[in-house]
Amino acid sequence: MPVKVSMTVNGKPVTAEVEPRTLLATFIRETLRLTGTHVGCDTAQCGACTVHLNGRAVKSCNILASQADGADVVTIEGIARADGTLHPMQEAFRQHHGLQCGFCTPGMVMSAIDLVKTTPNPTEQQIREGLDGNLCRCTGYHNIVKAIQAASAAMR
Amino acid sequence: MGDMNLIGASVKRKEDYRFLTGAGTYTDDVVLPQQTYAVFVRSPHAHAKLRAVRTDAAKKAPGVVGVFTGADTAAVGGLPCGWLITSKDGTPMKEPAHPILAKEKVRHVGDPVAIVIAETYAQARDAAELVDVDYEVLPAAVDVRDAVKPGAPAVHAEAPDNKCYVWGHGDAAAVDKAFKAAHHVTKLEFANNRLIPNAIEPRAANAVYSRADDSYTLYVANQNPHVERLLMTAFVLGLPEHKVRVVAPDVGGGFGSKIFLYAEDVVLTWASKQVNRPVKWTAERSESFMTDAHGRDHYTVAELALDKDGRFLAMRVHTLANLGAYLSTFASSVPTILYATLLAGQYTTPAIYAEVTGVFTNTTPVDAYRGAGRPEATYVVERLVETAARDLKMDPAEIRRRNFIRSFPYATPVGLTYDTGNYEKTLDAVLKLADVAGYAKRKEESAKKGLLRGIGYSCYIEACGLAPSNIAGALGARAGLFEAGEVRVHPTGKVTIFTGSHSHGQGHETTFAQVVADRLGIPIEDVDIQHGDTGKILFGMGTYGSRSLAVGGTAIVKALDKVVNKGKKIAAHLMEAAEADIEFKNGFFQVAGTDKKKAFAEIALTAYVPHNYPLDKLEPGLNENAFYDPTNFTYPAGSYVCEVEVDPETGVVRIDRFSAVDDFGNIVNPMIVEGQVHGGLAQGIGQALLEGCRYDPETGQLLTGTYQDYAMPRADDLPAYQVGTEKTPCTHNPLGVKGCGEAGAIGSPAAVMNAITDALGVRDVPMPATPQTVWRAIQAKR
Ligand code: FES
Ligand code: FES
Repeated sequence: MPVKVSMTVNGKPVTAEVEPRTLLATFIRETLRLTGTHVGCDTAQCGACTVHLNGRAVKSCNILASQADGADVVTIEGIARADGTLHPMQEAFRQHHGLQCGFCTPGMVMSAIDLVKTTPNPTEQQIREGLDGNLCRCTGYHNIVKAIQAASAAMR
Repeated sequence: MGDMNLIGASVKRKEDYRFLTGAGTYTDDVVLPQQTYAVFVRSPHAHAKLRAVRTDAAKKAPGVVGVFTGADTAAVGGLPCGWLITSKDGTPMKEPAHPILAKEKVRHVGDPVAIVIAETYAQARDAAELVDVDYEVLPAAVDVRDAVKPGAPAVHAEAPDNKCYVWGHGDAAAVDKAFKAAHHVTKLEFANNRLIPNAIEPRAANAVYSRADDSYTLYVANQNPHVERLLMTAFVLGLPEHKVRVVAPDVGGGFGSKIFLYAEDVVLTWASKQVNRPVKWTAERSESFMTDAHGRDHYTVAELALDKDGRFLAMRVHTLANLGAYLSTFASSVPTILYATLLAGQYTTPAIYAEVTGVFTNTTPVDAYRGAGRPEATYVVERLVETAARDLKMDPAEIRRRNFIRSFPYATPVGLTYDTGNYEKTLDAVLKLADVAGYAKRKEESAKKGLLRGIGYSCYIEACGLAPSNIAGALGARAGLFEAGEVRVHPTGKVTIFTGSHSHGQGHETTFAQVVADRLGIPIEDVDIQHGDTGKILFGMGTYGSRSLAVGGTAIVKALDKVVNKGKKIAAHLMEAAEADIEFKNGFFQVAGTDKKKAFAEIALTAYVPHNYPLDKLEPGLNENAFYDPTNFTYPAGSYVCEVEVDPETGVVRIDRFSAVDDFGNIVNPMIVEGQVHGGLAQGIGQALLEGCRYDPETGQLLTGTYQDYAMPRADDLPAYQVGTEKTPCTHNPLGVKGCGEAGAIGSPAAVMNAITDALGVRDVPMPATPQTVWRAIQAKR
């Protein structure tokens, strides 16, 4: 029996009927066709699927779409300004070469924004620990850490 | 006018905006009209006979549009291997069939048995549960050392002893003689641990057939779409090559694992015609663990003979290389050609002999993974050299200096000719960068905290820029290894480049554009780089072996030269000068010694609006292509120093400092090069400290099949890196570049393990040096 879910995604209200087992990640990617949210694993460990749910970073592969009913969801597509100007975190990733293949990047950016919000002036160690839920196979994290340091200054 | 300082500038990447805003298009993002979804039914056993595969229930399940098994694909050929290795007794390697869906037997956990295609992914998954497979479980050959024992279960009837080949390389007699005369022999015996590549984008493919013109399009996460197409059409499906288009759009990391032609790609392409609908499959991570070709997995006995001054006299290496259950696309060449030829390292060792036995086991196929053979060779050489220094009580830097190759070109005893290098310079630079002078003090401070500090070196060399086709062919390659490029100058002077190289994180859209803008003297914004589509690109061998800029970039440069030459002819006509008098500089064609000149864009426009044009002598238009086949490999080399702190109570290793100085020849974009080094280091340090694929040695069950069991390096496992470069430009390509993509993964494991063994004062510690492994080594020593 399909269930009806309604939520706000990137500021727009959306409503859809989905199978009850539909994950939020699947809902975002397949139903809404917002493909910036990536799926990199099946055990909730890579963080590629990270979105903001009511302002906090969550792994969208790890909750059902129906659990997000009524929530305010922001995906990577909703982070830059309407005119296309990058968010300071996105800009810092660009400036510091914090991405290579780009597959982990949306999740990294979403996690990093949350990290800086909850820990406004993070040390290198706090950043590294804060990224524990996000895997990147390309960058060796070095430049991601630098980018987040720079962004935390810019976001202050 | 172009920016004259583009080469060597850390230009920010053109591709980043789309990746940062979620606007990339990876294979799984592609949804086609009438899309269907596929799930593979896979063997849960490492080795079993297929008694029956019953699909009736699955076929009747809701939404199912097709279910196919090995019986349905019986007419389809097996997957080919691209490199023929000949055993030392002159016999060709054993090449057992590699069916796209298992036929009589399954040979590793994850071996595909059937494909289920349905309207939705969920329906395909549900129906896949209904496929009823009757297995007769057989004993499995798992570990390489077990698999070559007499009486071990045979993976293939064609190779009853599980040996694909026994390959010898070098002068065995000369080596034996040198060992007899040696002052000292250092011997080590170790495994090079098996790794699972784990690009964060799982493999994915989406195939569509068109009845209208009997053609296929395959979207696939792949590093070399033309190779994929050639292998699939000519060797497996027997389809006309021109009726198949392969598109590798944005690809989320490869590290070698997306080079190969996989069974799933072929099954999907075949099935798209059967169901006459597009069929999409995206690996779940657990499927990636089971079916992406793994890396490394050697067991090696290595010996180095030295004289009393620490000069290397000879090296002898015996390796058992696990090839897995089937020969993957380049599997046979990785532990042979890409391994034994690198055993000279940076040294003048006059005699080297290596014997490699390629072994079939009931495990996932093993093939190229970042570095491919060269990390294994570096590990052998640099663990031996460091251990020899300890044996002879010599400084590890000094023993290396004493043996460095110092004059170039240098022909090694294992078949390569190094064109250039300066190993002393990279070593000196890294000693400084790593502050080796301050090490003793840091060690004291660690000791005060109850921690064991150790330092380890590694001086690696790699052969990149794959490859001179004739040399590769003589060594058994069944393909050419050139690259192709096309320069399309538009009437307005804007330029689109089509390259056979493929970027899956390397930033070609930026680096290649820098090269083009620099050469043509036009703004970098006026240059676009296209790759990854056989429908657009004339040809290509793709990206692996750190070859893209050295080979793919050079092909573009060759095509640019043709554009400029044609431009000179047009300019000569327009300015009524002799062609020989036209110079092209800073974006202008100029009559030498005068101020008469024409901008590049004017010439482009003239070529497309040829009103005043030498039509009798020259074709209109400005579009050139070139194929480039390198005359030699390139030889990036470098020196790494690692310092670790080990907690003797817990066995936890912390990398305190990691310093790397590489010689990549000329560098176009230092920011991108540093990023490549960082990523390589993370994978090498991952191999040394964290990552190790494990199978149950009896059943062949994959024990490290998720991110819960396989320890991927996370941000807090890794140090900040200090990286630097030195430069001896490559002598045989016009850019003077050598390649940088694999260095970090090649050089770092030995540096880490040399540091750990130094800290512990032991001869060897197996990789990965997990806390438990290290703690055991400490206990064993007590
Ligand atoms: S896809 Fe959600 S954590 Fe990996
Ligand atoms: S940029 Fe490729 S996984 Fe992070």
